[in-house]
Amino acid sequence: MNPFAEAWELLWSGDLYVADVVLRSLYISGSALVFATAIGIPLGTVVALSRFRLRTPVVALINTGLALPPVVVGLTVYILLSRSGPLGPLSLLYSPVAMILAQVVLAGPYIAAVTLAAVQGVPPDVRLQARGLGASRWQATRLHVREVRASLVAAIAAGFGAIISEVGAVMIVGGNILGQTRVMTTTIVLETRRGNFGVAIAVGFILLALAFAVNLLLTLLNARGMRRPLVS
Amino acid sequence: MAEVLVGEALVVDSGERRILDVRHLALREGEILAVLGPNGAGKSTLLRVMAMLQRPSSGVVRFREQPPTSSAASLRAGSAAVFQRPHLWAGSVRENLELGLRLRGTARDDTREAAGRAAERFGISHLLEAHTTGLSAGEVQRVAIARALALDPQILFLDEPTANLDSDVRVSLREDLERVARAGHRSTFLTTHDRAEAFFLADRVAVISGGRLVQVGTPAELYENPADPFIAAVTGAEFSLRGVVESAEDGLLHIRVGEVGFTAVGTASTGREVKVAYRPEDLLLAREETPGTSPRNRFRARVLEVRAMGSLLRVRLEGPSEMVAVVTRAASEELGLHPGRKVFVQIKASALHAFPL
Repeated sequence: MNPFAEAWELLWSGDLYVADVVLRSLYISGSALVFATAIGIPLGTVVALSRFRLRTPVVALINTGLALPPVVVGLTVYILLSRSGPLGPLSLLYSPVAMILAQVVLAGPYIAAVTLAAVQGVPPDVRLQARGLGASRWQATRLHVREVRASLVAAIAAGFGAIISEVGAVMIVGGNILGQTRVMTTTIVLETRRGNFGVAIAVGFILLALAFAVNLLLTLLNARGMRRPLVS
Repeated sequence: MAEVLVGEALVVDSGERRILDVRHLALREGEILAVLGPNGAGKSTLLRVMAMLQRPSSGVVRFREQPPTSSAASLRAGSAAVFQRPHLWAGSVRENLELGLRLRGTARDDTREAAGRAAERFGISHLLEAHTTGLSAGEVQRVAIARALALDPQILFLDEPTANLDSDVRVSLREDLERVARAGHRSTFLTTHDRAEAFFLADRVAVISGGRLVQVGTPAELYENPADPFIAAVTGAEFSLRGVVESAEDGLLHIRVGEVGFTAVGTASTGREVKVAYRPEDLLLAREETPGTSPRNRFRARVLEVRAMGSLLRVRLEGPSEMVAVVTRAASEELGLHPGRKVFVQIKASALHAFPL
């Protein structure tokens, strides 16, 4: 059978194997994105607005996150979670939690780095003006960050795109176990090796569609956010 | 008048450099105080320190005689600041006008009403629903000032509010600023490098140079009794006259500049070389020598150049030294001023200020 026709058949029939890996990918990468955003945006904001002694090495460290090789992240998390590693007693290796952890390590610094650059790029006048209108420090920070919402949304979208399409780290720490840690990217690698191109193409198509849908959703959210009142 | 805001021994250091060193400065109830000085003199730093938006390296600011610790919160609640490059947040003008009130937790209905009132008072009602991205520089500044006024602050801080505007916009904004600043016994702390603005708007002017206050007084005090050549220059004086003191009595100096004798206000010992400040508008030009008057402060001069300066003419003269006078077009026609023309020039002793070299 033609692999494209097979892929179409799998998508049209709602194949359970394909649905399983898609849902697991969404669960793992979605969870990782929530944690990475919760860590990355406050971290980037705090570093951008603070002046402390070790700021320069901290900024350099965060920026290094932009170019973290996924396999190195996978290897590091593997060592941490392996039986002889410091987190070995938790028995997390080859589990979805290990994959979430690896993806947080990949996306967190990325979101933090983009946040840092964006917040730092806002003229200091913005904060000064907010304070001049009686804003508390917290309110001034919110108004400051509000100016870079579009960049933050782009950072989150790019972070999601990076982790949902990443294969090296999740393969190392997840092990690609059927029904447990098999996700879209590892499925594509495995099924291509096996010669099951139809499955690989079907999953690949969903991966592309998902990346597009998530970016579209975040862009729409951003546009709506722009119309939100300044102070709610 | 009671002092609402007092700065004492304010020092701001930036690395090795001292950028502000002000021993005492007070803003009085209901007055407009203008801090006047060239770019980089420390005006904006002084405003931020007085508005408690920047902590000084040392010194204290007190709001309504409260201890410094509680002054910051009270001042934040009772003041509003507008900066040279005001920032308007993305959104409508109305949202921006409501911003300060919303930050202070004012009820929605009240913020709408206050924003509408401020817009009306500052002539921007027609812009209320406009998006901030399409506004001109003048409109942006008007919105920023109206946004501060919506808070009905006891103290309004204005940092070079007209510096980035075209001259016609500047003039109309200046007039509106005076009107709103005078309303409701509000105190206004203004910085500017434009002496016309400072002298037009302010009840008192504090001249700053190199981070230090050189003189604080009413515009008339500064104009009539400049403390030093810098103040004289700030008030528009020229310094082309230099001479030697022949004698001194009762705060007046008799000075010889070439063949001409001048009497000027100042303090210097006999024989001392001085430079004499005068303002071009204080030189009186005549066709004929006025008979019977003292020969002091009068001299014959030749017109070198007549140049239009808006509605006035700037006349370059060759007298005891090269000098400049400003005359109206009517006066110029009456005197028949043109290059080469001989005229008699006269100036009052009180309009000349001598400073030792």
